[in-house]
Amino acid sequence: MTAIQRIKQKFFESQVWRSIFRHGYPDTRRNQSLAVLSNVFLHLHPVSVRKSGIRLSYTWCMGGISFFLFLVLTVTGVMLMFYYRPTAEFAYNDIVQLREDVAMGIMRELHRWGAHAMVISVWLHMYRVFLTGSYKPPREFNWAVGVILLKLTLLLSFTGYLLPWDQLAIWAITVGTNMARATPGAGHEGPFSSMIKLGDIPLLHSGSDVRFALLGGRFVAAPALLRFYVLHCVGFPLIAGVLMAVHFWRVRKDGGVSGPL
Amino acid sequence: MAEHDVFSYVPTWAWQPKFFFPILSLLFFIVIWNDRLIRFLVKPATALTVLAVATIIFCLGLKNPTFRAIVSKGDNIPIVMMLLLVGFFTWLALRRGTLNDDRIAQGLKPMEEDEAHQKVMVWPDLVYIEFICLILISAGLLVWSLAMKAPLEQPATRVDTPNPSKAPWYFLGLQELLVYFDPWIAGVLLPGIVIGGLIAIPYIDNNPKGQGYYTLRERRFAISMFLYGFLILWVVLINVGTFLRGPNWNIFPLGDVWDVHKIEVLNNVNLSEYFWVLGMGQPLPAHWFVRELPGFILVGGYLVLGPAILAKTLFKKMYQELGFVRYSILVMLFLLMLSVVLKMVLRWSFNLKYFVAIPEFFFNI
Repeated sequence: MTAIQRIKQKFFESQVWRSIFRHGYPDTRRNQSLAVLSNVFLHLHPVSVRKSGIRLSYTWCMGGISFFLFLVLTVTGVMLMFYYRPTAEFAYNDIVQLREDVAMGIMRELHRWGAHAMVISVWLHMYRVFLTGSYKPPREFNWAVGVILLKLTLLLSFTGYLLPWDQLAIWAITVGTNMARATPGAGHEGPFSSMIKLGDIPLLHSGSDVRFALLGGRFVAAPALLRFYVLHCVGFPLIAGVLMAVHFWRVRKDGGVSGPL
Repeated sequence: MAEHDVFSYVPTWAWQPKFFFPILSLLFFIVIWNDRLIRFLVKPATALTVLAVATIIFCLGLKNPTFRAIVSKGDNIPIVMMLLLVGFFTWLALRRGTLNDDRIAQGLKPMEEDEAHQKVMVWPDLVYIEFICLILISAGLLVWSLAMKAPLEQPATRVDTPNPSKAPWYFLGLQELLVYFDPWIAGVLLPGIVIGGLIAIPYIDNNPKGQGYYTLRERRFAISMFLYGFLILWVVLINVGTFLRGPNWNIFPLGDVWDVHKIEVLNNVNLSEYFWVLGMGQPLPAHWFVRELPGFILVGGYLVLGPAILAKTLFKKMYQELGFVRYSILVMLFLLMLSVVLKMVLRWSFNLKYFVAIPEFFFNI
């Protein structure tokens, strides 16, 4: 045994190494199984999968890419939170400084392009799942969870759109949230909203409807920025995180990546 | 300058959605229901030719400054990317679907079948695919981020309204529907129905075939409905909103300068006016209920009689297979999707504004 082999052996059999990785090098079936089973991240997967389930021309890898992009967005988003202050006073200038003052600073770029990419990858994931009939029993419920996750992806992107606090942002959000005031039964310009009143006092007006609740005011201003910031950084990611856990778990429980019955 | 670019060969009227949208819709259904046509289109040679022609037109188009300005706008890059990806994956799915259909017709199992019964170890087979995917995506994102700055315009101000004001790109299809519907329908009802309808799909579709492999023939109705909704009503309308809608939400042919002062005649007429004024030759009745009675009858008849008539005729087999509840939900979703298209066509051909217009209650459909 050469010196290098001896050092290697000492290293891989040391108490420190063995405390982290409880199995040998994954070149045997047993150790390959243990590599997946004894790793909290990898054990999202089963030990073995259908061969069709890893064929790229079948799965397109879009679900995995969506999840990876979510992680990228989480990390870059946290980085951006160190510098960005969600107030009408500072928001725009903070973005300008991120743009002008950070050498090779691409966190905002990664975050924005990653967000666009995630919208596309989630759509394509749904597209693939539909076209392979993978929503059919027993996966009906997981399809429903997926639809909600798709909606959350759009909401995450939409709430993030406001944060740079530039012209692009407030007018896109103005166009988007103007819809809310037409919500039947909850918006003041919704159908029959004028009939919701107590005597002569209208209960549903521009200061009490769902758009007001969303924006914290009658138009897109500082309170809306704060609300969107909190929803974007805390609210929606939490809900999406919980639903993703359900989604991935159900993929396993409903028989793994779909294949012909 | 517009004389010399590739877009000037297309006549102005051809850029109007009222021209190309119905044609696209018709073409879509002709192709998806025609096995021979679709087999020709999914041949790699055909697909590559389409891609090459599109790329050449796109590159020639870049000579046009207006087109270049729209395409190179940061937030529009993903739309170009999405067009490529959606095109590619539609081709891939239909290609594999038709290959599988041929195999099934010969009494063979679908391509995925063999591999479905072989198991591979996650470590290393899946883990390394994921790892490579992750590296490629990271590299792509890094290059994209280094090459292009994220957009940032002037600081937000409520004094200066941009014209046109556009929603984020993925909502532009819905914003496009605002031309034809009131906000409570385009912005609330229809998105709600899309979400609800998507969730309902697995509970309505009780066709046991076609699970876990690409096919067209075994699920043609389901696939054609979904593809029509996604490709034509969602992706095409997003592109109309991005590339053709300019100031004042007017249609501008690709490559034309966005002139803020362009004037379009807007002369939309309600059904009640068509019926009472033009049809009966009398003024509009004073009470809204009488005034809108023709609209109520038309819309009510469409949603009540439509399902019954379809159950007896076109959807007879489906009604028997699905049962009453599933059929009712399906046919409602179908009729509502169709009504979106119908309303657009009626607007284009008769300037029809509303079937039922009760501005007294903000209730216009």
